[in-house]
Amino acid sequence: MELAQEELLTLPEIKETVQVSGSVALLEGLIAEGVDTIFGYPGGAIMPIYDALYDYKEKLNHILVRHEQGGIHAGQGYARSSGKVGVVFATSGPGATNLITGLADAQIDSTPLVCITGQVFAHLLGTDAFQETDVINITTPVTKWNYQVTDANEIPEVMAKAFHIARSGRPGPVLIDITKNAQIQKFDFEGYVKCNHIRSYRPKPIVRNEYIEQAAELINQAKKPFVIWGQGVILGKAEKEFQAFIEKTNIPSAWTILGASAIPTDHELNVGMLGMHGNYGPNVLTNECDVLIAIGMRFDDRVTGRLDKYAKQAKIIHLDIDPAEIDKNVQSTVPVWGDCKETLPLLTKLCQQKKHTEWLQLFKDYQQKEVEAVIDAELHPKSGELTMGEVINQLNELTQGEAIIVTDVGQHQMVACRYAKFNKTRSNITSGGLGTMGFALPAAIGAKFGAPERTVVSVSGDGGFQMTIQELGTIMQCGIDVKMIILNNRFLGMVRQWQDMFNEKRYSFVDIQSPDFIKVAAAYRIDGKCISEREELQSSLKEMLEHKGSYLLEVMVTKENNVFPMVPQGCSVSEIRLK
Amino acid sequence: MSMSILETPGKQEYNITVYTENQIGLLNRIAIIFTRRKINIDSLNTSPSEIDSIHRFDIVLTETEEVVRKLSRQIEKQVEVLKVYFHTNDEIIWQEMALYKVPTDTIAEKVLVERLLREHGARAVVIRKDYTVFETTGHRTETDNLLYALQPFGLIEFVRSARIAIIKSSEGFNRKIREFEQLEPGQEVSENEYLSSRDKVFTM
Repeated sequence: MELAQEELLTLPEIKETVQVSGSVALLEGLIAEGVDTIFGYPGGAIMPIYDALYDYKEKLNHILVRHEQGGIHAGQGYARSSGKVGVVFATSGPGATNLITGLADAQIDSTPLVCITGQVFAHLLGTDAFQETDVINITTPVTKWNYQVTDANEIPEVMAKAFHIARSGRPGPVLIDITKNAQIQKFDFEGYVKCNHIRSYRPKPIVRNEYIEQAAELINQAKKPFVIWGQGVILGKAEKEFQAFIEKTNIPSAWTILGASAIPTDHELNVGMLGMHGNYGPNVLTNECDVLIAIGMRFDDRVTGRLDKYAKQAKIIHLDIDPAEIDKNVQSTVPVWGDCKETLPLLTKLCQQKKHTEWLQLFKDYQQKEVEAVIDAELHPKSGELTMGEVINQLNELTQGEAIIVTDVGQHQMVACRYAKFNKTRSNITSGGLGTMGFALPAAIGAKFGAPERTVVSVSGDGGFQMTIQELGTIMQCGIDVKMIILNNRFLGMVRQWQDMFNEKRYSFVDIQSPDFIKVAAAYRIDGKCISEREELQSSLKEMLEHKGSYLLEVMVTKENNVFPMVPQGCSVSEIRLK
Repeated sequence: MSMSILETPGKQEYNITVYTENQIGLLNRIAIIFTRRKINIDSLNTSPSEIDSIHRFDIVLTETEEVVRKLSRQIEKQVEVLKVYFHTNDEIIWQEMALYKVPTDTIAEKVLVERLLREHGARAVVIRKDYTVFETTGHRTETDNLLYALQPFGLIEFVRSARIAIIKSSEGFNRKIREFEQLEPGQEVSENEYLSSRDKVFTM
């Protein structure tokens, strides 16, 4: 419609907005959400965002990874060490599909992420265009929420929703797929408003006092109460509240692999690790306690073993923020649905001070048995080849539990988690639920960006390290300081252990060859050294920790050690084996 | 698909009612909760509810109560799902609709067919020279019965809708759903009912 000249002059003043592209609105949103680091990899369909990023180099630190899987694991490491939302950029098609493993990992381990993927132009959707993949449908099962943006006007609101969903309630990964036209499109940007409410989404329940009261009554009457805690305590930032609860009630407490480091390893009520390769006492006594108090954990099968023989004698109190977890695997007597940061102090208030001296002594007795049967030989071998355990033990002495330990998946992971010493929360970063080999190296890079003031040590096996070895290039380019240990037993050790124990030693394709890791590192301008003698161990670890910049220490360990104790698959936690 | 044969003891028909935001991709998000566990959906109806922008899913499946409860919680966990309820057939009033296309001359010529249609409460939707379309509503067995009866008389085409159901004890249902329109709904709505009465999970 054409307007007459006079009419144009008398048009009302337009509300103050700025015309910006969808890409600029996206980056403004990231800044408003407090994002400082992005892990990403450019490509055709995300080029407009990268073009806008060129002008934001001062405000947003973009880390160019070597593979999108490395990017998302780095995002996870960042989120786990910092408690903030990890941000990842990838292009359409293969860029987006390379994120899947990391999304699945973050989904099962409740890690808050916002992943931005580029997508082909909206008018090309469904035409099998170059690098077009149906990313929304592929990622639906492995995201807490996902959304495709085809119009720039949606970007501020969708970004705000994405961050709110990723970090609230039970955290998780969110993926936003943005078509190229929406990245380019200019629109009236009215500023970024953070989101704190979505009609259909209720991340935090209202705490019900009657359940707190019932739980307190059970705990006060208990003769042999036992606390098992998981990552919920860390995700809920409730470490102090948790410690106050167990200290008042003097209840022995054991952790799931992701719950490690919520309280110091040396805390007198910390009785060790649960599950398949957990400690002897916590597993056996799960089936002897009278009240089992599960806090922020989900009764994973690796923790419970055979379910129909799991804690059947006990009354079960389950504290969790996710209602779908309550009664999912283990029927609870009292469900305390809520954020443990709120529920724990309420519970502590109603609980009486107790001693439980004899009950605690029982855990110590079992610990002594385990020391004699397993731990001594693993941590202090007198002769023979190096063990994984003594490497971790020596590392503890040097770091004094102050370092962040990032582990990969397999035997070394179990050994590291069993024996690593932690003084601070958010110090144990590992792929717990999904068991993703190749996780450690990129996650350690991310963890260092999330906690730059802390020492970050990654521990990998010879198999897993080769899965994401290309991220040495990321270390080289961004000059970050990550200490890497490879525990090399020249086997895919955990599978070999199972073949040894359950498949009559039929070592089927577990004999893996490795390159000269030190030469590979050197090619990436990273210093390192390979050792195999006990006398060199401590000095080499010291050299690694004191080295300026990244360092790779390869330790040749004994080939056929099995990790014990072990609850074999399909067995009850009481049937845990010491050998 | 036989409705009467139950494979495992304790399995029976359940009706899951889901209130959701109207968003692309949500049908998939709900469907994969079933397919991931290799559970078949017997019937699925999705349509706008009485409230603007809120959709209602009516899902029928044959499972045990425990499985249905867990599925319901997984569905309600989805960000864009407002509320999930589940009920047995005893707790609902349900209907399915069926359309039957038959040659007009058979109906005109054969008195038996006319009587048949009347007996089954069928209503003519379209009458043309060459064919007539009848409609019935009722339970599966009722729509099936007319189908079997019409088969010998040159049935041309048949279609049946998914099940829709009204919940017998839905006192205040509409009011509660409307509360979602408010920015901060009351405690009754924002809470998960299973905490107050654990046996009647997600029921009103």
